[in-house]
Amino acid sequence: MSEATTFCLIVSAVLFGIGTLGVLPRRSAITILMSIEIMLNAGNLALIAVSRVLPGQGGLGLVDGHVFVLFVLAIAAAEAAVGLAIVLALYRLKRSTDIEVLRLLRW
Amino acid sequence: MDALLTPACCVALAAITAVEAKLYIAGIVALVSGLVVVMHRNSVIGALFLVLNLLSVAVMFALLDAYFMAVLQVLIYAGAIVVLIIFVLMLLNVGREPRGGPGLGVRLMALLLGLAMVFALVRAVRSFTPGSEDGGVLTEGYGTVSQLGEALFNQYFYPFEVVSLALVAAMAGAVLLAKRYLED
Repeated sequence: MSEATTFCLIVSAVLFGIGTLGVLPRRSAITILMSIEIMLNAGNLALIAVSRVLPGQGGLGLVDGHVFVLFVLAIAAAEAAVGLAIVLALYRLKRSTDIEVLRLLRW
Repeated sequence: MDALLTPACCVALAAITAVEAKLYIAGIVALVSGLVVVMHRNSVIGALFLVLNLLSVAVMFALLDAYFMAVLQVLIYAGAIVVLIIFVLMLLNVGREPRGGPGLGVRLMALLLGLAMVFALVRAVRSFTPGSEDGGVLTEGYGTVSQLGEALFNQYFYPFEVVSLALVAAMAGAVLLAKRYLED
């Protein structure tokens, strides 16, 4: 495996860790959504980097990874739309996007 | 003059290292901007750094020969999704996150969990072998729209249609959620 591929995979792993760091201790719901986007993006980077070094038809490079990234992109767009709509509806209910206030489902 | 004298293989080597150098720069920019998104108290500045993060990942996609994916990354992520996030930030007028936040224990636990996840993933990366020798040539037309479309509309036709259904459902759900007042 080439240096560049290893570098990309390590960047993707660290980006995923950074996303975790944003999801767990933050209080703003929108920041948590942005961190989830970073994590999805890290997964996309790993898919693109690996699909370049896998053997495909007539040389290196398997296009399947790109197809998966396209699907992840579509689902990320859907997730962002639904998540932000939920944040908007909850803001109208509670006047806050602080997840310490939005604890309706907590026991 | 130097370019004329150096052999072709050295020029090729120089080109490879140039691509790798760009890749390293884009990767470091992505990591630093991602850290700012996660750490900054002001969500608007976080959203703007998210744009930088997504654009530098798009640069990495382009350097990894995924040209169409780089274009889609800019259009969908940096264009549509971040605009949606900034619109909601503007609409709700949420600036700074309130002081205080979770205690030190929660923060330490989050840091430990994040580090554990990074270590596990890096270990997984180390053990990964692609199963082919390095230095092979890329497939003709790798990463172009035509190759992707061929795979998408032959092998992945039904998943593609299901994703379009999911998008329609998400759009309808988002409109319904944002329109109706939730009862307390």
